[in-house]
Amino acid sequence: MSTESSKLAFNDGWQYAPAPESTDHVQVDAEYGLFIGGEFVAPAEDRYFETINPATEETLSSVALASDADVNRAVKAARKAHSGTWSKLSAADRGKYIFRIARILQERAREFAVIESLDGGKPIRESRDIDIPLSAAHFFYYAGWADKLEYAFPGRKAVSLGVAGQIIPWNFPLLMAAWKIAPALACGNTVVLKPAETTPLTAMKLAEVIRDADLPPGVVNIVTGAGETGAAIVNHPDVDKIAFTGSTDVGRLIQRAIAGTDKKYTLELGGKAANIIFADAAIDQAVEGIVNGIFFNQGHVCCAGSRLFVQESVADEVVQKLKDRMETLIVGDPLDKNTDIGAINSATQLETIESYLRLGQEEGAQMHQSTCAVPDRGYWCRPTIFTGVSQSNRIVQEEIFGPVLAIQTFRTLEEGLSKANNTPYGLSGGVWTDKGAKIFKMTQSIRAGVIWANTFNKFDPTSPFGGYKESGVGREGGMHGLGAYVKLEV
Amino acid sequence: MALSAVKTNSALPDLSQVALVDEVGVKERAARFQTRSIKKESKVEALKMILSMIDLTTLEGQDTPGKVRQLCQKAIHLHDSLPDLPHVAAVCVYPTMVAIAKKALGDHDIKVASVATAFPSGMAPRQIKLEETRIAVEDGADEIDMVISRGAFLQGEYGYVFDEIAAIKEACGPAHLKVILETGELGTLDRVRRASVLAMHAGADFIKTSTGKIQPAATLPVTLVMLQAIRDYYYETDRMVGMKPAGGISKAKLAVHYLVMLRETLGKAWMTPEWYRFGASSLANDVLMQLQKQATGVYQSADYFSKD
Amino acid sequence: MAASGSRVPVAKTYKIFIDGKFPRTESGRYFALENADGDVIANICRGSRKDFRNSVVAARTAFAGWSAASAYLRGQILYRIAEMLEGRSDQFVAELVLQGESKRHAQKEVEASIDRLIYYAGWSDKYQQIFSSVNPVSSSHFNFSVLEPTGVVAVLAPDDSGLLGLVSNTAPVIVGGNTCVVLASERTPLCAVSFAEVLHASDVPAGVVNILTGFREELTEHFASHMDVNAVVYCDGDSDDAKGIQEQAADNIKRVIDRVDTEWSDESAQNPYLIKQTQETKTTWHPIGS
Repeated sequence: MSTESSKLAFNDGWQYAPAPESTDHVQVDAEYGLFIGGEFVAPAEDRYFETINPATEETLSSVALASDADVNRAVKAARKAHSGTWSKLSAADRGKYIFRIARILQERAREFAVIESLDGGKPIRESRDIDIPLSAAHFFYYAGWADKLEYAFPGRKAVSLGVAGQIIPWNFPLLMAAWKIAPALACGNTVVLKPAETTPLTAMKLAEVIRDADLPPGVVNIVTGAGETGAAIVNHPDVDKIAFTGSTDVGRLIQRAIAGTDKKYTLELGGKAANIIFADAAIDQAVEGIVNGIFFNQGHVCCAGSRLFVQESVADEVVQKLKDRMETLIVGDPLDKNTDIGAINSATQLETIESYLRLGQEEGAQMHQSTCAVPDRGYWCRPTIFTGVSQSNRIVQEEIFGPVLAIQTFRTLEEGLSKANNTPYGLSGGVWTDKGAKIFKMTQSIRAGVIWANTFNKFDPTSPFGGYKESGVGREGGMHGLGAYVKLEV
Repeated sequence: MALSAVKTNSALPDLSQVALVDEVGVKERAARFQTRSIKKESKVEALKMILSMIDLTTLEGQDTPGKVRQLCQKAIHLHDSLPDLPHVAAVCVYPTMVAIAKKALGDHDIKVASVATAFPSGMAPRQIKLEETRIAVEDGADEIDMVISRGAFLQGEYGYVFDEIAAIKEACGPAHLKVILETGELGTLDRVRRASVLAMHAGADFIKTSTGKIQPAATLPVTLVMLQAIRDYYYETDRMVGMKPAGGISKAKLAVHYLVMLRETLGKAWMTPEWYRFGASSLANDVLMQLQKQATGVYQSADYFSKD
Repeated sequence: MAASGSRVPVAKTYKIFIDGKFPRTESGRYFALENADGDVIANICRGSRKDFRNSVVAARTAFAGWSAASAYLRGQILYRIAEMLEGRSDQFVAELVLQGESKRHAQKEVEASIDRLIYYAGWSDKYQQIFSSVNPVSSSHFNFSVLEPTGVVAVLAPDDSGLLGLVSNTAPVIVGGNTCVVLASERTPLCAVSFAEVLHASDVPAGVVNILTGFREELTEHFASHMDVNAVVYCDGDSDDAKGIQEQAADNIKRVIDRVDTEWSDESAQNPYLIKQTQETKTTWHPIGS
């Protein structure tokens, strides 16, 4: 493959001045307790941990560390709320409460967007235009289902499960909270949710919204902590259902831990999606799809298109255009409205990514990165591509969870398909071709739960999401997302 | 897939090999340009760049020498109370007004662009179009803005359209040729891409979106497709072709987004009036108002900016 | 009538609602609405066939944009209508009382109307999921059936349910992407006109809902026979009335929707099948292959 550098000069001449989003209207407390039983309470062991801004390494706030006793208290509150108030309300009234959450989120959207970017590192443009609006939309969507469940399960009566324990990751903190809480509540359950330890703040603000929306105390409880707090939730005997989004490794642990119990569970785990570009694709738009698939949100996306397959006759052209496009991506301050790629979420994650970059080069692949400047402080990774790799490379097999793309070529549809499916993962996939029949053949044959044709990384509350194989079990979103939160009686 | 295998301008390229365009994808990319936030010194720089790229235009049936002179006066004196303003790139008029404009501009470094070839419809016999071009050039036009024959193009008569452009290019002599695709009549972005490739191979110095006489005129998606065509042509042939979106760009904020799109698609080399123009009439005043606002911190009123 | 020393009130003029505006009937005619004591409450526009004609034009024009709006947006707008109605509950209660309802009953009717709007707002992005299908045809084709709005719907709102009946028949029509022309209850028309004001404050695009007041006897035949109306909904009348509507509707194969004898205050009166009644089904085939 050609490695000629660009003939075009993207970084000389006219520059974009910093365009910082204002933060003076945003309220972040110095300390947050646990949200249990409708109020913020101090943690049992009086222990706290800090959450930092990965772009500046500055501390943002101090957040309670929930111990086993705190988790127990939260589950008790959730159980009491379930049998005492939530299940006794009419379904329509439950819906109204969920609608309230959606409306208040819309009202406070900008504040949430700023805090999401401060706490997690994603660009303000992403949190403002995607994360927060989608979060509100999820609450809206599921609010409407609350009194309509009989239509989603023909021939069956849908009954709530009880208490749901939910553990979410740091890549879309508020959105993942919405994905978990909204359907759970709509189906009549109550919730104990643990946000990721590096991104607790929007969950805490969401707790404020839930309190302000006057939800009956204990319907939603939010406990902050790390692995141990999560384990306490998974192992608690009075939790009826576990919902987890995170790495496949931890998903395995959870599935093992739950074995032998009656707990229901859904797992949304890792991925190594194949993004397949045929020679008859609209190439410029496919290149944009590649960028959208692996570089936005810093590649911290479980369904990221991290394995690119380009049909060989157009490989040089695609790589050249991709390199040009990479040069226009701005890596920097998440609060700058022009930033395309923000900070890597944590020092740990950056180290993981960098170890893969070293590994890739050790394995003999060619690495190419964009030449943009990055700030001095904070955790950063430039958009990176590897060529000269194959299915045997570890950087092609393992999930890196960063803005790093492995590029292979293929010749025929069958070959592309076979390599796309040659992975223990099966979360998502992408197909780029102008030919309709080929789209449906590919989407029919790729073994993954979400397939994007001539687009990538599109999400909607009405559209089910979830993986095949080791990418997880169960679906979130859409009508299909209700099933995980009900038991069906005849 | 690769563009045409033909590398010279003398033969019709194989248009069946022109890149496919996905409309939804283009619109998404175009929308992303509009989320760029251009502030402070980069905004001032952009606004001044826009001024220097404007083809100040009057193309009305009711144009008179008086109107054209006033336009030229505006071209020379955009807003004298603002210091360090660049001048516009050109004035754009009908062929019968070229001599008037040339005289009114004197030896100011502002070009005279003339539309020709039975603008805006293009519905006239070839010899009339050639003659009109020659007359405009003789009268002093530095640039000719021609229209392609859309009917022939839509019928698939690519050879006819190609030959016509090549012939007009020849009739231009030393003048630069801008080829107007009239994208609003082409219907799909695939056709826009195809017309761009055809025009460049036929000898266009610039490709231009529209006459501004029908809706839609210039849009970000259409312009993006044309910029991508220019980029791929440059990679193939090493020949730069200029770009001019025209019509429908009356607000400075939108024009700044066009510049963002230009920068992120073609880069620095195209960011001069030599390779990029805005076909506009009221844009200049909005840009001036924005510049005044940047200088004083206060929102402006149109009452304070001359309308010519 | 003002007591001495107290403020002279300003009486409201009740107009009709066409294309997002509040014109008077082009016919200039009116009828007096009286309360139980025979006092005149208001002069109500006696809508004409020309008002209906103009309304259909407005509804048809608005259809392209409204049907192309996302389900999410339509749901947001319906929810907004509920918010606006909730904010003006007192006004509507007062109007229902003026027209002869007890305060308690009026309160219940207003609350039920708000909740019904929320109910249908929640269906906007879901009815497609329960009524569409992917069909497992035996050839190598991807085959799917989806619902699409039928177009312009003429609604003869229930005569005995001035607010709830109106809402119950308007919401399922528009949440599905249709536009409509609604003839308000003749007996209790006030809420219909005030409801138009709520619509006006709710980001509902002009022409999506048009509300006329007037005499059933005069206007029914136009509601039933207009060639640019795709469906007609009626809620009252005996079998002869129904037959008349059905016969006139036949000229352009209008979809005829009979909702006579529905108890609007019952929960069974709200369900997604009311949405489906004003939807068409489109099935598409596409080959699967290389």
